[in-house]
Amino acid sequence: MSHLTPTPVLEPAQDRTMILNMGPQHPSTHGVLRVLLEIDGETVVRIMPDIGFLHTGIEKTCEAKFYQQVVPLTDRIDYLCPMTNNLCYVLAVEKLLGLEIPPKAQWMRVLMNELTRINSHLVWLGTHALDIGAMTVFLYCFREREEVLKMFEAISGQRMMTSYFRIGGISLEPPLGFFDRVREFAGYFPSRVDEYENLLTGNPIWGMRTKGVARMTAEDALALGASGPTLRGSGVDFDLRRDMPYSGYENFKFKVPVSQDGDVFSRYMCRVRELRESNEIIRQALEGMPEGPIKADAPGVVLPDREKMKTQMEALIYHFKIITEGFAVPAGEVYQAVESPRGEMGYYVVSDGTAKPYRVHIRAACLANLQTLPTMCVNGLIADVVAAIGSIDIVLGEIDR
Amino acid sequence: MPLAPPIIEVEQLKEHPALARLLAWNAGAVVGAKFDRDEMSIYVDRGYLREASSLLRDDPGCAFNFLSDITCVDWYPAEPRFEVVYHLLSIVKKERVRLKVKLESASTVVESLTPIWPGANYFEREVFDLFGIRFTGHPYLRRLLMPEDWEGHPLRKDYPVEGYR
Repeated sequence: MSHLTPTPVLEPAQDRTMILNMGPQHPSTHGVLRVLLEIDGETVVRIMPDIGFLHTGIEKTCEAKFYQQVVPLTDRIDYLCPMTNNLCYVLAVEKLLGLEIPPKAQWMRVLMNELTRINSHLVWLGTHALDIGAMTVFLYCFREREEVLKMFEAISGQRMMTSYFRIGGISLEPPLGFFDRVREFAGYFPSRVDEYENLLTGNPIWGMRTKGVARMTAEDALALGASGPTLRGSGVDFDLRRDMPYSGYENFKFKVPVSQDGDVFSRYMCRVRELRESNEIIRQALEGMPEGPIKADAPGVVLPDREKMKTQMEALIYHFKIITEGFAVPAGEVYQAVESPRGEMGYYVVSDGTAKPYRVHIRAACLANLQTLPTMCVNGLIADVVAAIGSIDIVLGEIDR
Repeated sequence: MPLAPPIIEVEQLKEHPALARLLAWNAGAVVGAKFDRDEMSIYVDRGYLREASSLLRDDPGCAFNFLSDITCVDWYPAEPRFEVVYHLLSIVKKERVRLKVKLESASTVVESLTPIWPGANYFEREVFDLFGIRFTGHPYLRRLLMPEDWEGHPLRKDYPVEGYR
């Protein structure tokens, strides 16, 4: 186990080595990650990530807000998958309240979550290939991502910080023609994934840069707390959507891609196959979309419809009370985990019986995944550090919170 | 779906595999237990935390082989003030359990779990940074998110939301 607890890089340990600082402004660090490297020629001897540049104290801010006011904050934690954050938080609060969610809201949440996963993986694929030197893929990926962002804008009014989910359901009915638009996208998207694969999967240069690079065994990945494609790329078959289903995922049939090699290429293959599986889930969600309300029947918690507010006294009172004083949540604690594009995202919410959360803690998948970096990179080349960072798919907003 | 009241009697919960294993090993290590909203919490005496975690990881009946998360809750001004919370996951059995250690504000020290799960490294550094809990046996217990020269621990309840001005 001791090889998994790296020694800090502060000054060169030997005469022939030197310390190299990478970041925090380096383009391949996807934000503001600083990496300290001790190198012997081109070989990495030790490596230490330095984080915290994006720390905004979101967990502290949550303690000063009403439960419903926390939803927009969660968007900004992992800004590539806002709806996954929304989902995880609202599921946790709904579990605290003991709320039952109508089926249509659940299916909409699954549909939007898989679109979010596609959005996030497309950014990952584009930037990962760009880091390694394949510029074209970036342009192809962002073509499809633009379409997904337009759909987000149509449904929630925002391209990135959607805040679409609410405690008790979702905020708005999808607009007219929305499902047709998603259906059209889901129809052509697999052929677009073929295009990305044509550019990369069989490409010998891509293979040389990724195969056998930044290896990690399954035991190491588990011991370090890695999750998501970083774990499945090392051959551990575990996906929270299938194994501990939430929000109605048990109604969907999909495969969980696993690769055995534990290198950059197998993590790449996992995510690319996940793109296709997500598309499959979207198709199933469109086919089986139930009819019915999009919000739970819980007057003190869920905001009433605008129409009712104009005709019913009680609706107006509830609206006023929820907005001005929030709603009390029974005391208790809940840990809710969902499968985000990067791994296990968990929200630990503690309530003391008032209208504000006593404590909100976010288990960031990337924070744990980043710890695998020394295991992957030591005794490799400096150029492969860039490939390894890309293959973890880090989002610094989530790491630093 | 009305909420069922939490069960807090160890006697009623001793069928739970993780709790049963810990009680069979050393009943003195278990301070209490709680089953609420389908989630199991076990309060562990801080002197036995590392051994208890190692037992839960290696026992085939429990197989909690994955450390999901470490965090802390500050119950200021109540005593014991801090609760360090560990979320364990069994990838084999697809189950979760929560271990908790209560700490008095006079002695905010607990054993590090890095020898059992090296992945505890960053989580413990984060708790040290934001709550000021010390983990004995941690290889590099420094601030993780806040600047090195920061004063105070921001997630403590007696630290104002706007910060000190």
